[in-house]
Amino acid sequence: MSFTTAVFYILSAILLAAAFRVITAKNPVHAALFLVLSFFSAAGLWVLLESEFLAISLVLVYVGAVMVLFLFVVMMLDIDIEKLREGFWKHFPLAGTIAIIMAGEMALILGSPEAGLKTYPARAPLAADFSNVRELGVQMYTHYMFATELASVVLLLAIVAAIALTQRTRKESKALNVGDQVAVRAADRVRVVKMAATPVETVEAAEDQPQA
Amino acid sequence: MELLQTYLGTQLGYVIWTLLKIVVIVAPMMLAVAYLTYAERKVIGYMQVRIGPNRVGPLGLLQPIADGIKLLMKEIILPAKSSKGLFLLAPIMSIMPALAAWAVVPFTDHLVLANVNASLLYIMAITSMGVYGVIIAGWAGNSKYSFLGGMRSAAQIVSYEIAMGFALVGVLMVSGSLNLVEIVKQQGQGLAGGSILSWNWLPLLPLFIVYLVSGVAETNRAPFDVAEGESEIVAGFHVEYSGMAFAIFFLAEYANMILVSAMTSLMFLGGWLSPFPASWGVLGAGSFFWLAAKMSFVLFCFLWFRATFPRYRYDQIMRLGWKVFIPVTLVWIVLLGAWMMSPVSLWH
Repeated sequence: MSFTTAVFYILSAILLAAAFRVITAKNPVHAALFLVLSFFSAAGLWVLLESEFLAISLVLVYVGAVMVLFLFVVMMLDIDIEKLREGFWKHFPLAGTIAIIMAGEMALILGSPEAGLKTYPARAPLAADFSNVRELGVQMYTHYMFATELASVVLLLAIVAAIALTQRTRKESKALNVGDQVAVRAADRVRVVKMAATPVETVEAAEDQPQA
Repeated sequence: MELLQTYLGTQLGYVIWTLLKIVVIVAPMMLAVAYLTYAERKVIGYMQVRIGPNRVGPLGLLQPIADGIKLLMKEIILPAKSSKGLFLLAPIMSIMPALAAWAVVPFTDHLVLANVNASLLYIMAITSMGVYGVIIAGWAGNSKYSFLGGMRSAAQIVSYEIAMGFALVGVLMVSGSLNLVEIVKQQGQGLAGGSILSWNWLPLLPLFIVYLVSGVAETNRAPFDVAEGESEIVAGFHVEYSGMAFAIFFLAEYANMILVSAMTSLMFLGGWLSPFPASWGVLGAGSFFWLAAKMSFVLFCFLWFRATFPRYRYDQIMRLGWKVFIPVTLVWIVLLGAWMMSPVSLWH
């Protein structure tokens, strides 16, 4: 067994174990962290396939940004895991049947001779100066430019829609007007008051007076 | 390397050789981190008309060593009802990215551990994982203060990562490469003939400033250190940590500062290129010395910021990130694209 094969099996084992723990972990924060681990192992598998750009993007986007927000939300929520598990055995037969059917379908497709997985040739190693980034860039921005632009327009639409949904002004929300804050001058905040000084003797004389 | 491979076989020899190179990078890094804490205390001391540490060793030079030994001797207290495994994982998660990123940082044009094509993306991906250490630490300690610190830090780091990424897009556009060595080499060319004026800081000045300030925010340094915010939440995300577990957060913060300074120097300040013309002999040749000098300057700015600015309020931080930096970088990227396509382009 070569070194690469050993790494492949180690990463796959970690990936499967982490993915399994995502759905079995009692604590939602632990589950989210296991999801991070499974993303990271998947990125490792992509590196083994010499597609380092995809691997790095996976880590950058999913591990570095999406899962951070996910964890952020999960930590704030007060999830009662026992309540979520209440109907587990009631729904188990239906869910189990669906899972078995899906697994069977996958086995049929992957195992059939037409899929040709047994005769699939090993991937040819890439040349040393092959640049994933360049190749992807050429494919996306030259060959499939319109598809890419269409996808980005759809994403932009989603961003605008999400912002528009949160943009309604609520009565109870309080916000500072930064323009007003910047425009403020010292005279608006502090007023220097001139007071006539009282001579020391009068103060002492006043204190000496017996309390009425 | 050949010597190792003859004794240990090709593969094992290669692995050991790489491990040796990693030690050669990480050991001086740790020393630099230790003395950065010393420099910080001295610099801020002088800025506040104090002397700073001067008791341990000549000029207080052994102070970081003494601090390290003290922290090693202290007990690591595990809070009751904390998530023990995650509590101990958090410091590891924060130091790991800070060190792993150095794998692709070039020190001169041939002195680099791994000269990979997508090295800039790799650094962005690895450093974006640093936030997990902070979030996990905030959550696992089962303390309200540390939880608030973790939440603040998560929101802040995610916000400033976007501005930082956009600032880097500008650098990618002018250099046409994701490789850090290529990015530095590109700065040595151009209309200004590779002098200090052709480095990216001048043509990309807004992006340079955005990157530098975002770098301060990403490393949770003053004036963006609301994640620690000792006046409100004691010590923020690491309030429950003691001894070496605390020290590792400290090491990670300073290692990240050095990393950000290295990235700023490589991408905007010409890396190892010399500011003097090539005819000046040794002074004109590019060398690690110049990179170190630029990094020291950026680090000094970090310390200077801390001594100068009061801490930002939380909503001001968010406003600066989302409403100022991101629009500035977006506009500058569009302008830059137009500039590059125009006849007055500096980059051909």
